[in-house]
Amino acid sequence: MSTTTAQRETTGASAAPARRRNRPKRSTILTIGMVAAAAYFLLPLLWLVVASTKTTGDLFSTFGLWFAGENNLFTNIANTFKADDGAFGGWLGNSLLYAVASALGGTFLAALGGYGFAKYRFRGNQAMFMLVLGAMAVPSTALAIPTYLLFSQAGLTDTPWAIILPSMASHPFGLYFMRIYADSAVPDSLIESGRIDGAGDFRIFFQVTGRLLTPALATVMLFMLVQTWNNYFLPLIMLNDPDLYPVTVGLANWQGQASSSGGASGDYIPLVVTGSLVSILPLIIAFLFLQRYWTTGLVSGSVKQ
Amino acid sequence: MSTESTAPRAQAALPVGRIGQRGRANKGGKGPRYARTGYLFVAPFMIGFTAMFLVPLAYAAWFSLFREQMIGGNVFVGLDNYTRAFTDPQLIAGLGRVALFFLIQVPLMMVLALFFALALDSALLRLSRTIRLAIFMPYAVPSVVAALMWGFLYGPDFGPLAQLADRIGAAAPDFLGADLMLGSIANIVTWEFTGYNMILLYAALRAIPTELYEAAAVDGAGPWRTAWSIKIPLLRPAIVLCMVFSVIGSFQLFNEPSIMRTLAPNVIVADYTPNLYAYNLAFVGQEYNYAAAVSFVLGFVIMAGSYLFMLATNRRSRS
Repeated sequence: MSTTTAQRETTGASAAPARRRNRPKRSTILTIGMVAAAAYFLLPLLWLVVASTKTTGDLFSTFGLWFAGENNLFTNIANTFKADDGAFGGWLGNSLLYAVASALGGTFLAALGGYGFAKYRFRGNQAMFMLVLGAMAVPSTALAIPTYLLFSQAGLTDTPWAIILPSMASHPFGLYFMRIYADSAVPDSLIESGRIDGAGDFRIFFQVTGRLLTPALATVMLFMLVQTWNNYFLPLIMLNDPDLYPVTVGLANWQGQASSSGGASGDYIPLVVTGSLVSILPLIIAFLFLQRYWTTGLVSGSVKQ
Repeated sequence: MSTESTAPRAQAALPVGRIGQRGRANKGGKGPRYARTGYLFVAPFMIGFTAMFLVPLAYAAWFSLFREQMIGGNVFVGLDNYTRAFTDPQLIAGLGRVALFFLIQVPLMMVLALFFALALDSALLRLSRTIRLAIFMPYAVPSVVAALMWGFLYGPDFGPLAQLADRIGAAAPDFLGADLMLGSIANIVTWEFTGYNMILLYAALRAIPTELYEAAAVDGAGPWRTAWSIKIPLLRPAIVLCMVFSVIGSFQLFNEPSIMRTLAPNVIVADYTPNLYAYNLAFVGQEYNYAAAVSFVLGFVIMAGSYLFMLATNRRSRS
């Protein structure tokens, strides 16, 4: 009996692909440890799901990490969308608008710029690129305060532009990533042969070489979407009109009402909890379904083609 | 998964250390004829960057040299705002607090991220894809929502931690009290960003050519030895990059304390972190000029910190 198993193991090992030959045995202890670590990262989210199904009373009277008797999720969701004359739905729409507009515009700028920095030699190339990189160290307030003052002089505060324009343009990491990607993904010979065929450089970019950047475009766009969707500081200072709030500022506002209104605070707590859950669902779904894209860009080696 | 097909991407995943050493022969547009095209490509980004970054910064630098007075409006005061900032006990206390935060939270987070990345890369793990996703998941959660959620989890009323402590008859630690608040915030930030750093390190690991491991295996190195002697040294540029991001992130701490302030207004004071201080100066106290100076001081500290850090790691790698 034991001989047969041993034999089977040997044949199994030799039949495995060559690159797996040196692969060590899987470790159960390490797996258990890592599952425990993963639990730490998932438990707060599980709590959020559980808490969203509870009434205020159940929140206080039942254990946080398990469901109460009755499922109140849909009532909570309905209440969240009904509260303050349906403000929450508007906030979600605003977040979507700001995130999509900034990500589309920002990715386009970063792609053109990164490609230009990677593939063209001109005076000041290196200096300009380093300037953009250095900008990453500038604190958000150092930038946000003067931007706010300039925008308010131009009458642009309290408009969607106050969020979209700064989010689009001040994203050094996208440019940095596109430059490195374009540098290695676009062969010079491709540009040369396009020129020999008589195409202009922009036509070469839009019709040929730009396509080679697609994985990086998707990555940069996804990260910009997340960044703008999650942004709190900029909309906090730029927007006064609650109708223009993105969901982050709206939720923080509800939280402020929940903790400041003392005895009546109970009404706002389920709204904050359920609103938090609803606001992160699109991102989590996007991350799961677009996994290929963020992993292609970042976890490059694991892509098997 | 041949090495050739992943080679160009692999370079894309190894960000640091390539700046400054790029070969001139690598550029597509050779000669002056194409320089103009190069400018046209980078122009849209640079115009946006100038309008949204350089102009506001220059404007802030300019008005940080003024002071608004009741009588006479804006008066030029030279570097007065800066001398005030450097001796401002509120700013210094805030800087000390974020420095402490940096010293405690960042090493912890980086050790975890490094360990996770190595474990994912080691092939010793079952379920590695699921585990990777789970650890990275919090990155998709806005820091505002993360802080709200942890605020509830820490809370004495219906937080599960307090409930568990209650069940075993102990008093739950006061996570939102003055003693533990910085640690509580550190936990939120660790929860949010460990996965992000793990992914960056993991990406760099996947870019290491497998021949190196095969050579090590021939020499009899096990997975732990390979991790320690080959992978970690090769990860140095990626680790430095993560650390620099972390310097920037820690010193700019704002969202988490600003949300926790609604739960514990007496613990998180208006000057808890330098960024919170600058925000309150500008938008509560209307002291725009001084707030700009405070922000610049913070910016200098961050740049000096990142620079010193890179200098230190460079020197060590050379010797």
